[in-house]
Amino acid sequence: MSEATAPRRGAKYPTTWRRPPFIENPLFRYGSVVLALAYLVWSLGFSIEVDMARVIQGLDRAGNMFARMVPPDFSRWELLYRGITESVLIAFAASFVGMIVAVPLGLAAARNLAPLPVYLVARFIIVLSRTFHEIVWAIFFVKVVGFGPLAGVLTLIVASASFISKMLAEDVENMQPGQAEAIRATGASFPKLLIYGITPQVLPRYLGVSIYRLDANLRHSTVVGIVGAGGIGQVLAASFSRYDYDFSLAILLVIISLVFLGEIFSNVIRSRLR
Amino acid sequence: MLEISDLVKTYPNGLKALHGISLAVDRPMVVAIIGSSGAGKSTLIRCVNRLVEPTSGRVVLNGTEITALGRHGLRKARRRIGMIFQEYNLVERLTVMENVLSGRLGYVGFWRAYRRNYPPDDVAAAFEILDRVGLEGRENARADALSGGQRQRVGIARALMQRPELLLVDEPTASLDPKTSRQIMRLIVELAHERGTPVLINIHDVALAQTFADHIVGLRDGRIVFEDGSDRLTPAVLTEIYGEEDWSTTIRKVEEDDEAEGAEAAKGRDDTESGVAAG
Amino acid sequence: MTVEEHARRYPAVWRRFNPRETLVRYAWYLGIMIVTAVSFWRLDITWVYMLDAHIQAGDLLFRMYPPDWTGFEAVLGALVETIHIATLGTLATVLIAFPVALLAARNTTFNTLTWTIGRFILVASRSVNTVVWALFFVAVFGPGPVAGIWAITARSIGFVGKLTAEAIEEIDVGTVEAIEATGASRLQVLWIGILPQVLPVIYGTFVYRWDINIRESTVLGFVGAGGIGILLYSEINLFRWQAVSVILIAIFAVVVVSEFVSATVRQRIT
Repeated sequence: MSEATAPRRGAKYPTTWRRPPFIENPLFRYGSVVLALAYLVWSLGFSIEVDMARVIQGLDRAGNMFARMVPPDFSRWELLYRGITESVLIAFAASFVGMIVAVPLGLAAARNLAPLPVYLVARFIIVLSRTFHEIVWAIFFVKVVGFGPLAGVLTLIVASASFISKMLAEDVENMQPGQAEAIRATGASFPKLLIYGITPQVLPRYLGVSIYRLDANLRHSTVVGIVGAGGIGQVLAASFSRYDYDFSLAILLVIISLVFLGEIFSNVIRSRLR
Repeated sequence: MLEISDLVKTYPNGLKALHGISLAVDRPMVVAIIGSSGAGKSTLIRCVNRLVEPTSGRVVLNGTEITALGRHGLRKARRRIGMIFQEYNLVERLTVMENVLSGRLGYVGFWRAYRRNYPPDDVAAAFEILDRVGLEGRENARADALSGGQRQRVGIARALMQRPELLLVDEPTASLDPKTSRQIMRLIVELAHERGTPVLINIHDVALAQTFADHIVGLRDGRIVFEDGSDRLTPAVLTEIYGEEDWSTTIRKVEEDDEAEGAEAAKGRDDTESGVAAG
Repeated sequence: MTVEEHARRYPAVWRRFNPRETLVRYAWYLGIMIVTAVSFWRLDITWVYMLDAHIQAGDLLFRMYPPDWTGFEAVLGALVETIHIATLGTLATVLIAFPVALLAARNTTFNTLTWTIGRFILVASRSVNTVVWALFFVAVFGPGPVAGIWAITARSIGFVGKLTAEAIEEIDVGTVEAIEATGASRLQVLWIGILPQVLPVIYGTFVYRWDINIRESTVLGFVGAGGIGILLYSEINLFRWQAVSVILIAIFAVVVVSEFVSATVRQRIT
């Protein structure tokens, strides 16, 4: 600072100005650049095994694939229809159950409501179920209840319940304590406090998150099938492994338009909730 | 210098904001535009540099017909017109210096702007202007770390960096407290007189307009209903501009203020005007 | 005041909702219940399997204990590859997503056609799950992490691009107006007026998506797109449950750490 202001004492003003660097310490500044470059070299050059020949060949294959994808083949529409319906049903069923399960779990995971042991258990359940990808859960449930849509429903229940309850817990923790305090001051019991002091504050967002989750479940229900948990994913994976790329494209187009419709639907409802 | 003739602006929703405004600023002076909200003050000022595209009419600045320019020509013309905003409109996450230097953007290429590598003359000028507006030593502060008054000083510095032939000022004090408002107004007026730059200024505060402007234009429903020296403002005129209200207190307050601050400002004005005349 | 007048002015009954509103509310509840019931009914679920589910689950957990740490070195290597896939994929995303976001934001796009193209790219990218993208890229590039990186990128463009486009649409128009008033070119307005305003959002979504991508890349191996999923899939197929539990513990650790890192960084940015 001092050397920057010193020359200005005279009549003349400095004719150069450098923007102060983002990171003050030059060691850190250049160090972070070097580290970033080193990471790129390490990860791309040494750590990941890249078969360059195969990648270059891939560009060729991509063109080939596109040629075989277009036009999309809707001739097996019955199979497609059955798979999509199953996916949608899985999404609806799982969203509703997940929404219900999320309420006690979310309240238990709010530090300002739950006693410490309950809070820790609830948080652990949420973290555990969020950590593992839907597909890992799908494998687990396929092992437990066998192939079929039930495993898919259970998977998405776990995914939705953990997502919604995490959001719910955050909302409850961030709510205005004054409102709940005022209700408590009237001598209300805990269930009454829940109805009068907490629900009005968190309900709109809870519903919003639930509807968003319905939309997300629609997207996820298309993949749980890859490991045998029902829905269109199974058909899609099979079409890829059989090189029926024109059928794959047909499935993908249907999924995209379905998800797009779901998104519009969820946006409309969420904007009306506000 | 600046000549506006028959300016009309109709918004796409059918709202007619300006009904044929004609206005000439033929010497370096401060012209205040007063009028109630929705009278078209902001639209008028923005039509001059075509941030709002006028529907019809002409704007001529020192021989350039701004309303006839294409995209490229308009950009060149905008370089010659400085603008100061109500909400300062600084790039909050950049430093004071970058904001001030952004006044030179019309003169440097993209890569120089990208590397913040402005010509030495511009940098020296920026330091000088920062000094002049009272922000010496704050060049490396981020804009969002400044107070409202300081931000507006940066806004003024940015406009002056353009070495403008005309200054457009849009409600410069509406977001500031009364004391800072006076300081900012005085600064703008002093700088304008120092540099012989004509100023077109929108302002809500009648008292401030009367104290600091040489000339006042009253706007009502998109039409000019008053245009004269600021000492000719009477309750009858204010009723004409704003509608019925007891204006005597407003005017009297202004007159009282005039004795203290106004006299001082008027003195400064006389000095600079005679200086301009001499030079 | 007579008793009747008093009763009229101060009725003893008050309802939060009028009868019509109440009816609509219950109709909604009923509708949701019916949709759920129909969904379960139409899915032909073999409920008998649920009867011994707890036994099956217990058995599985029992077989997973104790974890078998002998193959831990291979797990560590696969884990590093998983992180690389997520990081490189997310880096590539940011480079591609910003231009797409410019197209998809109403105030920076060129015309309706470019806006539609931008929006379509974002929607298509988001509708297709990362694993499905992986299926596609494995078919193109063959099995391996390259397919995984592209799958992560393809899915994340929609996410990062959507949030960036929203941020661009919400910038302070006054600042842009001020920069335009200096006579700056379009590119300069973009760089000086718009980019500094959306930069925090870009950093934030980058870190946020990176955290999500770590989770996503743990399963890309199931379809052959590299990472720890390959190992997990083969161990499951070989019924080596004790090795599976080691992998799950490793995934758990990495995901928790990355979530912590991402949350800390995001807190410091804003």
